[in-house]
Amino acid sequence: MALKHVNAVIVGAGAGGGVAASQLAAAGLSVVLLERGKWYTAADCRKDDLRNQRTSVLGNNSGPDEERNPRVAVDLNGQERVVLPSEGSYSNNAACVGGGTFTYGAQAWRYQEKDFRMAATYGVPEGSTLSDWPISYAELEPYYEKAEYEIGVSGDVSADPFHGPRRLPLPMPPLPVNREYAILKPAAQRAGLHPFDIPMLRNSVPYGGRPPCMQCRWCVGFACEVNAKCGTQNTAIPAALATGNCELRTGCMVREVMTDARGRSTGVAYYDADDKLREQTADIVIVSSAAVESARLLLNSKSKLHPAGLGNRYGWVGRNLQGHTYTGAWGIFDFDTYDDIGPGANIAVCDYNHGNPGLIGGAMLANEFIRLPYQFVGALPPGVPQWGRAHKDFMRQWYRRSIAIQGPTQEIPIADSRVEVDPKVKDFWGLPVARLSGGKHPKTMETSVAMADKAEAWLKAAGAIRTWKKLAGNGTSGGQHQAGTCRMGDDPRTSVVDKYCRVHDQDNLYVIDGSVHVTNGGFNPVLTIMAIAYYATERIVKGWKGRGV
Amino acid sequence: MVIGNEGRYVLALDHLKLHSLRRRGFLRIAGTATACGALISCGRQSTPWRFLTAAEGRTLAAICEQIIPTDQTPGAAWAGVVNFIDRQLMGPYRRQQAAYRTGLREIDQAAVAKFGKDFASLDAQQQTGLIESLAGGQKRFFSTVIAHTMQGYYGDPRHGGNRDAVSWRMLGVPVIPIRGRYRYELPKQGA
Ligand SMILES: Cc1cc2nc3c(=O)[nH]c(=O)nc-3n(C[C@H](O)[C@H](O)[C@H](O)COP(=O)(O)OP(=O)(O)OC[C@H]3O[C@@H](n4cnc5c(N)ncnc54)[C@H](O)[C@@H]3O)c2cc1C
Ligand code: SF4
Repeated sequence: MALKHVNAVIVGAGAGGGVAASQLAAAGLSVVLLERGKWYTAADCRKDDLRNQRTSVLGNNSGPDEERNPRVAVDLNGQERVVLPSEGSYSNNAACVGGGTFTYGAQAWRYQEKDFRMAATYGVPEGSTLSDWPISYAELEPYYEKAEYEIGVSGDVSADPFHGPRRLPLPMPPLPVNREYAILKPAAQRAGLHPFDIPMLRNSVPYGGRPPCMQCRWCVGFACEVNAKCGTQNTAIPAALATGNCELRTGCMVREVMTDARGRSTGVAYYDADDKLREQTADIVIVSSAAVESARLLLNSKSKLHPAGLGNRYGWVGRNLQGHTYTGAWGIFDFDTYDDIGPGANIAVCDYNHGNPGLIGGAMLANEFIRLPYQFVGALPPGVPQWGRAHKDFMRQWYRRSIAIQGPTQEIPIADSRVEVDPKVKDFWGLPVARLSGGKHPKTMETSVAMADKAEAWLKAAGAIRTWKKLAGNGTSGGQHQAGTCRMGDDPRTSVVDKYCRVHDQDNLYVIDGSVHVTNGGFNPVLTIMAIAYYATERIVKGWKGRGV
Repeated sequence: MVIGNEGRYVLALDHLKLHSLRRRGFLRIAGTATACGALISCGRQSTPWRFLTAAEGRTLAAICEQIIPTDQTPGAAWAGVVNFIDRQLMGPYRRQQAAYRTGLREIDQAAVAKFGKDFASLDAQQQTGLIESLAGGQKRFFSTVIAHTMQGYYGDPRHGGNRDAVSWRMLGVPVIPIRGRYRYELPKQGA
């Protein structure tokens, strides 16, 4: 059944989609924002250490539904398995209004200048698809600033000499620090590093009509009870709705992007909250479903003129799936490091993001968010058994006397790390599910090991009496920092969207989310996703001449 | 800068007392509900559990107690880890029902073959030895039980384990649900 035609339909109310909706609606376009998940409040998602977006052993707290949304994961030996959202190899982010930003850790990083020019800086290693972005840090800078001020970021990066030039400081000061910060900061300084307060999409003072953070223990993976964590669900999306130009429809699972006889996008077909098939036509279609589902949606949008899916003439949709290879180290101390002051992560160094001899890229290193007791269970040094009296002793002795430092190693993209649609497995609505496969480039693994060494050295400098590394496997990438599956580029034969996020062979179809990242920086990705959404929609608005753009 | 946390900690202990009182009441009610549930659902010989048989529950308790034994603080059995696992086997763990049925039976069979007694009747040393000798599918099953036992012991008491927040007290983690709750009004729904 057809619904009233609108100017723009956006698929996914997460980081990219939420920001896009706010900008188009503010410019006067009529917008429908479709989200497969619900609009939760913190009251719907209790602080449950076994059931959240970080630790989902008993399920997720903000979607997607466990029964309706399987995926297929293929491991490095070619073994394939149907996986559910609560399993690690599913690469879940979230399904709700706000998407990942509803429960994220809220680290708000700008990528560095070199992160946009990885191939120019390091060359293209064999077996990789490493490439430069078609845009530079300088071009994105005003939009980073806009994201920081519109959504709200606290912190203090003035002591970080490695970040790109910025016009303004962050809009909010950092939160009061915790004991880990007091231990780690002088140690880093003694070691010649440049520690500073992590920028966070979290209110440290009243901002945007919402109160400051109360520094609780349950932040990453959880909804914020006082709305101090800034996601699109409490910033951009309410702003979009307040214009009167945007309608948000939840529980709506988009099935495909529709095209006309000439192959041009005309809108989307979706299953509404009652599982009825609907058609929403629009002048502009924006896919913002996060890297795995955006690729899946394009691949599932097949037609005579697009037999391999939309935007996929050269077979690039779904390739270059990347996230971050997280490595780091644990350290234990002969005094308490734990003081129950959240969110935990607060101090970082960017000394190792680039310039590591013989390596490509690197990672920002930071202390980890507060570890809930169950999360500490697996943090064992070599030699401590996984069960029995010694394990219990280990827990009791060291839980309050440990610090973890880790970092998101920038991944070198490869074509074989990819999202496809599975030929057999279908979801609840009968749509082919995402199939994830591929591994990591050896250079990624090399850098990730070096980052673990650096983390360990920092802990030693801080007085840890014992340290050990946390290393990563080379299996399929993706995860909560999923990106890269519809990469941006000037050449339609080697990329999916142009430098303004428009799908190459389409004049009114856009991808605005982590999918367009050419490379993913040595940082958590969300501020870049938001910045790109401001940047891309500004261009759409400037070119907007009414219907039939 | 705040470094000491003592004031809050005292508050936490007070809260803990309240919490454990409430919790005991809750357990009593939950216990009754369980018993009825079992009667309706299986009609098998009477069991206090939702999924497990009484014998399986006994074996599982012994295995869990091996994984987190009682020392100066209570172990997995006292903490209600079997209750936790049994409850999850009817929910998030339901895909592992068959693994539990087979795994527990096989471990008992191995105990009988080696010592002529079921697993729970062995002494602690024999139990440890038997677990260490597990291989193949049984070893994998034991790894699953390790993960579930850790979740039941160290996870939130609301799921039926970690009785009286025993592990959190052992680790010295304040049991207050939300820091600063006393300073803030909760925002209204949807706000
Ligand atoms: C626990 C956690 C911690 C994190 N911590 C950080 C951090 O500290 N810093 C950081 O930078 N990043 C962090 N992230 C990652 C960050 O949240 C993501 O990078 C970001 O949200 C991705 O934005 P996106 O727009 O690509 O997709 P999302 O925000 O995931 O939004 C996509 C939306 O599209 C919807 N959707 C998908 N398919 C369909 C369909 N077919 N029909 C309708 N709707 C659909 C989804 O339900 C979802 O709501 C974290 C994520 C999680 C889960
Ligand atoms: S640490 Fe702060 S922002 Fe995070 S959930 Fe708690 S109160 Fe909210």
